[in-house]
Amino acid sequence: MYDVNYHRASSVEEAASLMSRAEDGKFVAGGQTLIPTMKQRLAAPSDLIDLRHIASMKGIRVEGGKVTIGAATTHAEVAGSADIARVCPGICSLASHIGDPAVRHMGTIGGSIANNDPAADYPAAMMALGADIVTNKRTIAADDFFAGLFETALEDGEIITSVSFSAPVKCAYAKFANPASRYAMAGVFVARFDDGSVRVGVTGAGSDGVFRHKGMEDALTSDWNAGALDGVSVDEGMMLSDIHGDAAYRANLVKVMAKRAVAAAG
Amino acid sequence: MTTVNMTVNGRKVSGEVSDRTLLSQFLRENLNLTGTHVGCDTSQCGACVVHVDGKAIKSCTTLAAQMDGTSVTTIEGLANGADLHPVQAAFREHHGLQCGFCTPGMIMTAVDMIERAKASGRKLDEKTIRAELEGNICRCTGYHNIVRAIEAAAAAMA
Ligand SMILES: Cc1cc2nc3c(=O)[nH]c(=O)nc-3n(C[C@H](O)[C@H](O)[C@H](O)COP(=O)(O)OP(=O)(O)OC[C@H]3O[C@@H](n4cnc5c(N)ncnc54)[C@H](O)[C@@H]3O)c2cc1C
Ligand code: FES
Ligand code: FES
Repeated sequence: MYDVNYHRASSVEEAASLMSRAEDGKFVAGGQTLIPTMKQRLAAPSDLIDLRHIASMKGIRVEGGKVTIGAATTHAEVAGSADIARVCPGICSLASHIGDPAVRHMGTIGGSIANNDPAADYPAAMMALGADIVTNKRTIAADDFFAGLFETALEDGEIITSVSFSAPVKCAYAKFANPASRYAMAGVFVARFDDGSVRVGVTGAGSDGVFRHKGMEDALTSDWNAGALDGVSVDEGMMLSDIHGDAAYRANLVKVMAKRAVAAAG
Repeated sequence: MTTVNMTVNGRKVSGEVSDRTLLSQFLRENLNLTGTHVGCDTSQCGACVVHVDGKAIKSCTTLAAQMDGTSVTTIEGLANGADLHPVQAAFREHHGLQCGFCTPGMIMTAVDMIERAKASGRKLDEKTIRAELEGNICRCTGYHNIVRAIEAAAAAMA
Protein backbone atom coordinates (compact mmCIF):
# COMPACT_ATOMS: atom_id res chain seq x y z
CA MET A 1 0.00 0.00 0.00
CA TYR A 2 1.24 3.49 -0.82
CA ASP A 3 1.25 5.94 2.02
CA VAL A 4 -1.89 7.84 2.76
CA ASN A 5 -3.17 10.44 5.22
CA TYR A 6 -5.90 9.15 7.48
CA HIS A 7 -8.63 11.46 8.82
CA ARG A 8 -11.54 10.62 11.07
CA ALA A 9 -14.68 12.66 10.45
CA SER A 10 -17.26 13.14 13.19
CA SER A 11 -19.99 14.65 11.02
CA VAL A 12 -21.10 14.51 7.39
CA GLU A 13 -20.19 18.19 6.98
CA GLU A 14 -16.69 17.58 8.33
CA ALA A 15 -16.24 14.60 5.99
CA ALA A 16 -17.29 16.70 2.99
CA SER A 17 -14.97 19.50 3.96
CA LEU A 18 -12.02 17.15 4.56
CA MET A 19 -12.69 15.66 1.12
CA SER A 20 -12.80 19.05 -0.59
CA ARG A 21 -9.37 19.87 0.86
CA ALA A 22 -7.80 16.52 -0.07
CA GLU A 23 -5.73 16.21 -3.23
CA ASP A 24 -7.12 12.84 -4.26
CA GLY A 25 -9.18 11.66 -1.30
CA LYS A 26 -11.42 8.66 -0.80
CA PHE A 27 -13.99 7.88 1.84
CA VAL A 28 -13.43 4.72 3.82
CA ALA A 29 -16.24 2.99 5.68
CA GLY A 30 -15.67 -0.68 6.60
CA GLY A 31 -12.63 -0.78 4.35
CA GLN A 32 -13.48 -4.35 3.31
CA THR A 33 -13.21 -3.47 -0.36
CA LEU A 34 -11.04 -0.36 -0.29
CA ILE A 35 -8.20 -1.59 1.97
CA PRO A 36 -7.58 -4.78 -0.10
CA THR A 37 -7.70 -2.64 -3.25
CA MET A 38 -5.14 -0.22 -1.79
CA LYS A 39 -2.93 -3.12 -0.70
CA GLN A 40 -2.90 -4.31 -4.30
CA ARG A 41 -2.06 -0.74 -5.34
CA LEU A 42 -5.13 -0.68 -7.54
CA ALA A 43 -6.19 2.41 -5.59
CA ALA A 44 -3.78 4.98 -4.20
CA PRO A 45 -5.70 7.84 -2.62
CA SER A 46 -3.74 10.69 -1.01
CA ASP A 47 -6.19 10.85 1.88
CA LEU A 48 -8.68 8.53 3.55
CA ILE A 49 -11.69 10.07 5.25
CA ASP A 50 -13.21 7.63 7.72
CA LEU A 51 -17.02 7.68 7.87
CA ARG A 52 -17.42 5.03 10.59
CA HIS A 53 -17.57 7.51 13.44
CA ILE A 54 -20.36 9.70 12.12
CA ALA A 55 -23.27 9.04 14.48
CA SER A 56 -25.93 10.35 12.07
CA MET A 57 -24.88 7.73 9.47
CA LYS A 58 -25.40 4.78 11.78
CA GLY A 59 -28.37 2.82 12.96
CA ILE A 60 -31.67 1.41 11.79
CA ARG A 61 -35.13 2.97 12.01
CA VAL A 62 -38.37 1.18 11.24
CA GLU A 63 -41.46 3.40 11.40
CA GLY A 64 -44.67 1.82 10.23
CA GLY A 65 -43.66 0.19 6.97
CA LYS A 66 -40.76 2.56 6.30
CA VAL A 67 -37.24 1.24 6.83
CA THR A 68 -34.23 3.57 7.04
CA ILE A 69 -30.71 2.18 7.34
CA GLY A 70 -27.76 4.51 8.01
CA ALA A 71 -25.03 4.14 5.39
CA ALA A 72 -22.39 3.25 8.01
CA THR A 73 -24.50 0.40 9.40
CA THR A 74 -22.63 -2.90 9.19
CA HIS A 75 -23.81 -6.06 7.44
CA ALA A 76 -23.87 -7.79 10.87
CA GLU A 77 -26.18 -5.10 12.27
CA VAL A 78 -28.64 -5.46 9.37
CA ALA A 79 -28.45 -9.26 9.58
CA GLY A 80 -29.22 -9.14 13.29
CA SER A 81 -31.91 -6.45 13.31
CA ALA A 82 -35.13 -7.79 14.83
CA ASP A 83 -36.91 -4.58 13.73
CA ILE A 84 -36.08 -5.10 10.06
CA ALA A 85 -36.71 -8.86 10.29
CA ARG A 86 -40.32 -8.15 11.28
CA VAL A 87 -41.08 -6.18 8.12
CA CYS A 88 -38.45 -7.21 5.55
CA PRO A 89 -36.67 -10.46 6.50
CA GLY A 90 -35.22 -10.86 2.99
CA ILE A 91 -32.68 -8.10 3.51
CA CYS A 92 -31.55 -9.57 6.88
CA SER A 93 -31.00 -12.92 5.23
CA LEU A 94 -29.11 -11.25 2.37
CA ALA A 95 -26.82 -9.41 4.82
CA SER A 96 -26.18 -12.61 6.78
CA HIS A 97 -24.71 -14.26 3.67
CA ILE A 98 -22.26 -11.51 2.68
CA GLY A 99 -18.69 -12.79 2.94
CA ASP A 100 -17.90 -14.14 6.41
CA PRO A 101 -18.52 -13.00 10.01
CA ALA A 102 -15.38 -10.82 10.18
CA VAL A 103 -16.26 -9.05 6.92
CA ARG A 104 -19.82 -8.53 8.16
CA HIS A 105 -18.55 -6.90 11.37
CA MET A 106 -16.79 -4.18 9.35
CA GLY A 107 -18.44 -3.87 5.91
CA THR A 108 -21.27 -1.36 5.54
CA ILE A 109 -24.34 -1.02 3.35
CA GLY A 110 -23.20 2.41 2.14
CA GLY A 111 -19.79 1.05 1.12
CA SER A 112 -21.35 -1.87 -0.69
CA ILE A 113 -23.72 0.20 -2.81
CA ALA A 114 -21.19 3.01 -3.44
CA ASN A 115 -18.79 0.37 -4.72
CA ASN A 116 -21.46 -1.30 -6.92
CA ASP A 117 -19.47 -4.46 -7.52
CA PRO A 118 -21.41 -6.39 -10.19
CA ALA A 119 -21.37 -9.43 -7.88
CA ALA A 120 -22.33 -7.62 -4.65
CA ASP A 121 -25.57 -8.54 -2.91
CA TYR A 122 -27.10 -5.29 -1.64
CA PRO A 123 -27.60 -3.68 -5.09
CA ALA A 124 -30.14 -6.41 -5.99
CA ALA A 125 -32.14 -5.62 -2.85
CA MET A 126 -32.01 -1.87 -3.46
CA MET A 127 -33.39 -2.37 -6.99
CA ALA A 128 -36.10 -4.83 -5.95
CA LEU A 129 -37.19 -2.75 -2.97
CA GLY A 130 -37.25 0.46 -5.01
CA ALA A 131 -35.02 2.01 -2.35
CA ASP A 132 -34.10 5.66 -2.12
CA ILE A 133 -30.38 6.30 -1.78
CA VAL A 134 -30.02 9.43 0.36
CA THR A 135 -26.83 11.47 0.05
CA ASN A 136 -25.57 14.70 1.61
CA LYS A 137 -26.87 16.44 -1.53
CA ARG A 138 -30.03 14.68 -2.76
CA THR A 139 -32.14 11.55 -2.89
CA ILE A 140 -31.55 9.15 -5.77
CA ALA A 141 -33.91 6.32 -6.72
CA ALA A 142 -32.13 2.96 -6.94
CA ASP A 143 -33.27 2.70 -10.57
CA ASP A 144 -31.19 5.82 -11.32
CA PHE A 145 -28.33 5.09 -8.91
CA PHE A 146 -26.61 1.98 -10.27
CA ALA A 147 -24.91 2.77 -13.56
CA GLY A 148 -23.02 -0.28 -14.75
CA LEU A 149 -19.95 -2.09 -13.42
CA PHE A 150 -18.57 -0.25 -10.36
CA GLU A 151 -20.31 2.95 -11.56
CA THR A 152 -22.98 4.92 -9.73
CA ALA A 153 -24.73 8.26 -9.97
CA LEU A 154 -22.59 9.59 -7.10
CA GLU A 155 -20.65 12.74 -7.90
CA ASP A 156 -17.12 13.37 -6.64
CA GLY A 157 -17.20 13.90 -2.90
CA GLU A 158 -20.88 12.94 -2.54
CA ILE A 159 -21.62 10.89 0.59
CA ILE A 160 -24.36 8.29 0.96
CA THR A 161 -25.90 8.98 4.37
CA SER A 162 -28.70 6.41 4.40
CA VAL A 163 -30.99 4.22 2.33
CA SER A 164 -34.71 3.91 2.85
CA PHE A 165 -37.55 1.87 1.42
CA SER A 166 -41.14 0.88 2.08
CA ALA A 167 -41.38 -2.65 3.39
CA PRO A 168 -42.85 -5.07 0.85
CA VAL A 169 -45.58 -7.57 1.74
CA LYS A 170 -43.26 -10.43 0.86
CA CYS A 171 -39.63 -10.65 -0.13
CA ALA A 172 -36.67 -13.00 -0.29
CA TYR A 173 -33.18 -13.23 -1.72
CA ALA A 174 -31.62 -16.33 -3.26
CA LYS A 175 -27.94 -16.38 -4.12
CA PHE A 176 -25.76 -18.91 -5.86
CA ALA A 177 -22.42 -18.06 -4.31
CA ASN A 178 -19.15 -18.59 -6.08
CA PRO A 179 -17.73 -21.51 -4.07
CA ALA A 180 -14.39 -19.75 -3.58
CA SER A 181 -15.21 -16.07 -3.11
CA ARG A 182 -18.82 -16.33 -1.88
CA TYR A 183 -19.75 -13.38 -4.08
CA ALA A 184 -22.90 -13.94 -6.12
CA MET A 185 -22.65 -15.75 -9.45
CA ALA A 186 -26.35 -15.00 -9.59
CA GLY A 187 -28.37 -13.40 -6.84
CA VAL A 188 -32.05 -12.57 -7.18
CA PHE A 189 -34.11 -10.43 -4.80
CA VAL A 190 -37.88 -10.59 -5.28
CA ALA A 191 -40.30 -8.19 -3.58
CA ARG A 192 -44.08 -8.09 -3.74
CA PHE A 193 -45.83 -4.89 -2.64
CA ASP A 194 -49.30 -4.32 -1.23
CA ASP A 195 -50.67 -3.14 -4.59
CA GLY A 196 -49.75 -6.57 -6.02
CA SER A 197 -46.80 -5.27 -8.03
CA VAL A 198 -43.55 -7.22 -8.02
CA ARG A 199 -39.98 -6.06 -8.51
CA VAL A 200 -37.07 -8.37 -9.27
CA GLY A 201 -33.43 -7.31 -8.81
CA VAL A 202 -30.65 -9.45 -10.27
CA THR A 203 -26.97 -9.25 -9.32
CA GLY A 204 -23.84 -11.23 -10.15
CA ALA A 205 -25.03 -12.23 -13.60
CA GLY A 206 -25.51 -9.14 -15.76
CA SER A 207 -22.68 -8.01 -18.03
CA ASP A 208 -23.66 -4.43 -17.19
CA GLY A 209 -24.11 -4.97 -13.44
CA VAL A 210 -27.29 -5.16 -11.40
CA PHE A 211 -30.60 -5.01 -13.30
CA ARG A 212 -34.35 -5.51 -12.97
CA HIS A 213 -35.99 -8.22 -15.03
CA LYS A 214 -39.22 -6.92 -16.55
CA GLY A 215 -40.35 -10.31 -17.89
CA MET A 216 -40.13 -11.93 -14.45
CA GLU A 217 -41.77 -8.92 -12.81
CA ASP A 218 -44.77 -9.09 -15.18
CA ALA A 219 -45.13 -12.86 -14.80
CA LEU A 220 -44.99 -12.66 -10.99
CA THR A 221 -47.36 -9.69 -10.84
CA SER A 222 -50.03 -11.72 -12.61
CA ASP A 223 -49.23 -14.96 -10.77
CA TRP A 224 -47.11 -14.93 -7.56
CA ASN A 225 -45.79 -18.43 -7.95
CA ALA A 226 -42.40 -19.92 -8.78
CA GLY A 227 -44.07 -21.84 -11.63
CA ALA A 228 -45.08 -18.54 -13.23
CA LEU A 229 -41.42 -18.12 -14.22
CA ASP A 230 -41.31 -21.30 -16.32
CA GLY A 231 -42.24 -19.51 -19.50
CA VAL A 232 -40.03 -16.45 -18.93
CA SER A 233 -36.77 -16.28 -20.80
CA VAL A 234 -33.58 -14.68 -19.54
CA ASP A 235 -31.50 -13.19 -22.35
CA GLU A 236 -28.05 -14.82 -22.55
CA GLY A 237 -26.82 -11.77 -24.42
CA MET A 238 -27.11 -9.74 -21.21
CA MET A 239 -25.09 -12.16 -19.07
CA LEU A 240 -21.51 -12.09 -17.83
CA SER A 241 -19.39 -14.88 -19.23
CA ASP A 242 -16.17 -15.81 -17.47
CA ILE A 243 -14.18 -18.73 -16.05
CA HIS A 244 -16.72 -19.11 -13.26
CA GLY A 245 -19.65 -19.64 -15.60
CA ASP A 246 -20.60 -18.86 -19.17
CA ALA A 247 -23.57 -16.76 -20.25
CA ALA A 248 -25.96 -19.68 -20.82
CA TYR A 249 -25.14 -21.09 -17.39
CA ARG A 250 -25.72 -17.75 -15.71
CA ALA A 251 -28.98 -17.14 -17.59
CA ASN A 252 -30.23 -20.47 -16.26
CA LEU A 253 -28.98 -19.69 -12.75
CA VAL A 254 -30.88 -16.40 -12.71
CA LYS A 255 -34.12 -18.23 -13.34
CA VAL A 256 -33.38 -20.94 -10.79
CA MET A 257 -32.47 -18.33 -8.14
CA ALA A 258 -35.61 -16.32 -8.94
CA LYS A 259 -37.76 -19.41 -8.43
CA ARG A 260 -36.02 -20.22 -5.16
CA ALA A 261 -36.53 -16.66 -3.97
CA VAL A 262 -40.26 -16.72 -4.77
CA ALA A 263 -40.62 -20.09 -3.03
CA ALA A 264 -38.74 -18.80 0.02
CA ALA A 265 -40.83 -15.63 0.18
CA GLY A 266 -43.98 -17.79 0.33
CA MET B 1 2.55 9.54 10.86
CA THR B 2 -0.12 9.16 13.43
CA THR B 3 -0.27 8.24 17.08
CA VAL B 4 -2.40 5.20 17.78
CA ASN B 5 -3.74 4.44 21.25
CA MET B 6 -5.41 1.14 22.02
CA THR B 7 -6.03 -1.25 24.83
CA VAL B 8 -4.52 -4.57 23.74
CA ASN B 9 -5.19 -7.64 25.87
CA GLY B 10 -6.09 -5.34 28.75
CA ARG B 11 -2.93 -3.24 28.52
CA LYS B 12 -2.88 0.38 27.30
CA VAL B 13 -0.51 0.73 24.35
CA SER B 14 0.50 3.58 22.14
CA GLY B 15 2.53 3.75 18.95
CA GLU B 16 3.71 6.22 16.35
CA VAL B 17 3.00 4.63 12.96
CA SER B 18 2.59 5.66 9.35
CA ASP B 19 -1.09 5.94 8.42
CA ARG B 20 -0.92 2.98 6.03
CA THR B 21 0.11 0.57 8.81
CA LEU B 22 -2.26 -2.37 9.02
CA LEU B 23 -3.58 -3.49 12.38
CA SER B 24 -1.87 -6.87 11.78
CA GLN B 25 1.47 -5.09 11.28
CA PHE B 26 0.97 -2.90 14.32
CA LEU B 27 0.28 -5.94 16.51
CA ARG B 28 3.12 -8.03 15.16
CA GLU B 29 5.84 -5.45 14.53
CA ASN B 30 5.18 -2.69 17.07
CA LEU B 31 3.85 -4.80 19.90
CA ASN B 32 5.67 -8.08 19.09
CA LEU B 33 2.38 -9.97 19.40
CA THR B 34 3.25 -12.46 16.70
CA GLY B 35 0.49 -14.88 17.61
CA THR B 36 -1.70 -13.03 15.12
CA HIS B 37 -0.67 -14.63 11.84
CA VAL B 38 -0.70 -13.21 8.34
CA GLY B 39 -1.50 -15.96 5.86
CA CYS B 40 -2.88 -14.56 2.64
CA ASP B 41 -2.73 -10.82 3.33
CA THR B 42 -5.68 -10.57 0.90
CA SER B 43 -8.64 -10.85 3.33
CA GLN B 44 -9.40 -14.48 2.48
CA CYS B 45 -7.82 -16.84 5.04
CA GLY B 46 -8.70 -15.48 8.49
CA ALA B 47 -5.32 -16.31 10.10
CA CYS B 48 -5.19 -12.67 11.21
CA VAL B 49 -8.57 -12.52 13.01
CA VAL B 50 -8.57 -10.56 16.28
CA HIS B 51 -11.38 -9.06 18.33
CA VAL B 52 -11.97 -5.31 18.27
CA ASP B 53 -14.40 -4.13 20.93
CA GLY B 54 -15.56 -7.73 21.23
CA LYS B 55 -16.08 -8.42 17.52
CA ALA B 56 -14.01 -10.63 15.22
CA ILE B 57 -12.37 -8.74 12.36
CA LYS B 58 -9.55 -9.38 9.91
CA SER B 59 -6.57 -7.37 11.14
CA CYS B 60 -4.91 -7.48 7.70
CA THR B 61 -7.90 -5.61 6.27
CA THR B 62 -7.95 -2.77 8.77
CA LEU B 63 -5.61 0.14 9.36
CA ALA B 64 -4.21 0.60 12.85
CA ALA B 65 -5.34 4.24 12.61
CA GLN B 66 -8.96 3.15 12.00
CA MET B 67 -8.79 1.22 15.27
CA ASP B 68 -7.44 4.10 17.37
CA GLY B 69 -9.32 4.21 20.67
CA THR B 70 -10.53 0.61 20.57
CA SER B 71 -9.96 -2.40 22.76
CA VAL B 72 -8.27 -5.30 20.96
CA THR B 73 -7.95 -8.92 22.03
CA THR B 74 -5.46 -11.21 20.30
CA ILE B 75 -4.76 -14.91 20.76
CA GLU B 76 -2.20 -13.96 23.44
CA GLY B 77 -4.99 -12.43 25.51
CA LEU B 78 -7.22 -15.48 25.81
CA ALA B 79 -5.51 -17.74 28.33
CA ASN B 80 -5.66 -16.94 32.00
CA GLY B 81 -2.04 -17.45 33.01
CA ALA B 82 -1.33 -21.16 32.55
CA ASP B 83 -5.05 -21.97 32.18
CA LEU B 84 -6.03 -22.24 28.56
CA HIS B 85 -9.25 -20.61 27.38
CA PRO B 86 -11.96 -23.30 26.90
CA VAL B 87 -11.68 -22.96 23.11
CA GLN B 88 -7.89 -23.40 23.23
CA ALA B 89 -8.32 -26.41 25.51
CA ALA B 90 -10.89 -27.93 23.16
CA PHE B 91 -8.61 -27.47 20.13
CA ARG B 92 -5.88 -29.33 22.01
CA GLU B 93 -8.20 -32.05 23.25
CA HIS B 94 -9.83 -32.67 19.84
CA HIS B 95 -6.71 -32.26 17.68
CA GLY B 96 -8.14 -29.15 16.02
CA LEU B 97 -4.73 -28.26 14.61
CA GLN B 98 -1.80 -29.77 12.78
CA CYS B 99 0.78 -27.19 11.69
CA GLY B 100 -0.99 -24.54 13.77
CA PHE B 101 -0.69 -21.70 11.29
CA CYS B 102 -4.43 -21.09 10.98
CA THR B 103 -5.08 -21.78 14.66
CA PRO B 104 -4.94 -18.28 16.18
CA GLY B 105 -7.51 -17.04 13.66
CA MET B 106 -9.62 -20.19 14.00
CA ILE B 107 -9.73 -19.80 17.77
CA MET B 108 -10.52 -16.06 17.70
CA THR B 109 -13.28 -16.77 15.16
CA ALA B 110 -14.58 -19.64 17.29
CA VAL B 111 -14.70 -17.55 20.49
CA ASP B 112 -16.62 -14.82 18.63
CA MET B 113 -19.03 -17.35 17.11
CA ILE B 114 -19.72 -19.07 20.43
CA GLU B 115 -20.27 -15.77 22.22
CA ARG B 116 -22.64 -14.47 19.54
CA ALA B 117 -24.64 -17.70 19.59
CA LYS B 118 -24.85 -17.53 23.38
CA ALA B 119 -25.98 -13.90 23.35
CA SER B 120 -28.78 -14.68 20.90
CA GLY B 121 -29.79 -17.91 22.66
CA ARG B 122 -29.04 -20.08 19.61
CA LYS B 123 -27.42 -23.49 19.88
CA LEU B 124 -24.38 -23.87 17.64
CA ASP B 125 -24.96 -26.88 15.42
CA GLU B 126 -22.43 -28.35 13.02
CA LYS B 127 -24.00 -26.68 9.99
CA THR B 128 -23.83 -23.24 11.59
CA ILE B 129 -20.23 -23.77 12.70
CA ARG B 130 -19.20 -24.74 9.17
CA ALA B 131 -21.01 -21.72 7.70
CA GLU B 132 -19.43 -19.39 10.25
CA LEU B 133 -15.95 -20.72 9.38
CA GLU B 134 -16.44 -19.38 5.85
CA GLY B 135 -13.64 -16.84 6.26
CA ASN B 136 -11.05 -19.15 7.84
CA ILE B 137 -8.93 -21.46 5.73
CA CYS B 138 -7.01 -24.46 7.05
CA ARG B 139 -4.67 -26.33 4.74
CA CYS B 140 -4.02 -29.23 7.11
CA THR B 141 -6.89 -30.59 9.15
CA GLY B 142 -9.77 -30.97 6.73
CA TYR B 143 -11.84 -29.02 9.27
CA HIS B 144 -13.55 -32.00 10.94
CA ASN B 145 -11.60 -31.73 14.18
CA ILE B 146 -11.88 -27.95 14.20
CA VAL B 147 -15.67 -28.28 14.01
CA ARG B 148 -15.61 -30.89 16.77
CA ALA B 149 -13.43 -28.71 18.97
CA ILE B 150 -15.80 -25.77 18.53
CA GLU B 151 -18.83 -27.95 19.33
CA ALA B 152 -17.11 -29.17 22.49
CA ALA B 153 -16.01 -25.67 23.50
CA ALA B 154 -19.53 -24.32 22.95
CA ALA B 155 -20.88 -27.01 25.25
CA ALA B 156 -18.18 -26.26 27.85
CA MET B 157 -18.94 -22.54 27.73
CA ALA B 158 -22.76 -22.91 27.81
C1 LIG C 1 -13.45 -11.84 1.98
C2 LIG C 1 -14.54 -10.93 1.52
C3 LIG C 1 -15.74 -11.47 1.05
C4 LIG C 1 -16.77 -10.64 0.62
N1 LIG C 1 -17.92 -11.22 0.16
C5 LIG C 1 -18.93 -10.43 -0.26
C6 LIG C 1 -20.17 -10.99 -0.70
O1 LIG C 1 -20.38 -12.21 -0.66
N2 LIG C 1 -21.14 -10.15 -1.14
C7 LIG C 1 -20.97 -8.79 -1.14
O2 LIG C 1 -21.89 -8.08 -1.53
N3 LIG C 1 -19.83 -8.23 -0.72
C8 LIG C 1 -18.80 -9.00 -0.28
N4 LIG C 1 -17.64 -8.42 0.15
C9 LIG C 1 -17.52 -6.94 0.14
C10 LIG C 1 -18.06 -6.34 1.42
O3 LIG C 1 -19.46 -6.46 1.45
C11 LIG C 1 -17.71 -4.87 1.59
O4 LIG C 1 -18.05 -4.54 2.90
C12 LIG C 1 -18.42 -3.86 0.74
O5 LIG C 1 -18.31 -4.14 -0.62
C13 LIG C 1 -17.84 -2.46 0.92
O6 LIG C 1 -18.27 -1.91 2.13
P1 LIG C 1 -17.24 -1.17 3.08
O7 LIG C 1 -18.05 -0.49 4.11
O8 LIG C 1 -16.22 -2.12 3.55
O9 LIG C 1 -16.65 -0.06 2.10
P2 LIG C 1 -15.16 0.46 1.85
O10 LIG C 1 -14.28 -0.63 1.43
O11 LIG C 1 -14.75 1.29 3.00
O12 LIG C 1 -15.46 1.43 0.62
C14 LIG C 1 -15.82 0.92 -0.66
C15 LIG C 1 -16.03 2.10 -1.63
O13 LIG C 1 -17.20 2.83 -1.28
C16 LIG C 1 -16.91 4.19 -0.98
N5 LIG C 1 -17.78 4.54 0.15
C17 LIG C 1 -17.90 3.88 1.34
N6 LIG C 1 -18.89 4.41 2.07
C18 LIG C 1 -19.41 5.43 1.35
C19 LIG C 1 -20.48 6.37 1.58
N7 LIG C 1 -21.21 6.33 2.70
N8 LIG C 1 -20.74 7.29 0.63
C20 LIG C 1 -20.01 7.31 -0.52
N9 LIG C 1 -19.01 6.45 -0.80
C21 LIG C 1 -18.71 5.52 0.13
C22 LIG C 1 -15.43 4.20 -0.68
O14 LIG C 1 -14.87 5.47 -0.98
C23 LIG C 1 -14.89 3.11 -1.58
O15 LIG C 1 -14.72 3.60 -2.88
C24 LIG C 1 -16.59 -9.22 0.62
C25 LIG C 1 -15.39 -8.66 1.09
C26 LIG C 1 -14.37 -9.50 1.54
C27 LIG C 1 -13.10 -8.88 2.04
S1 FES D 1 -4.03 -12.70 6.53
FE1 FES D 1 -5.84 -11.59 6.92
S2 FES D 1 -7.32 -12.80 5.97
FE2 FES D 1 -5.49 -13.86 5.45
S1 FES E 1 -3.46 -26.52 11.06
FE1 FES E 1 -2.17 -26.09 9.40
S2 FES E 1 -3.32 -24.59 8.33
FE2 FES E 1 -4.73 -25.23 9.83
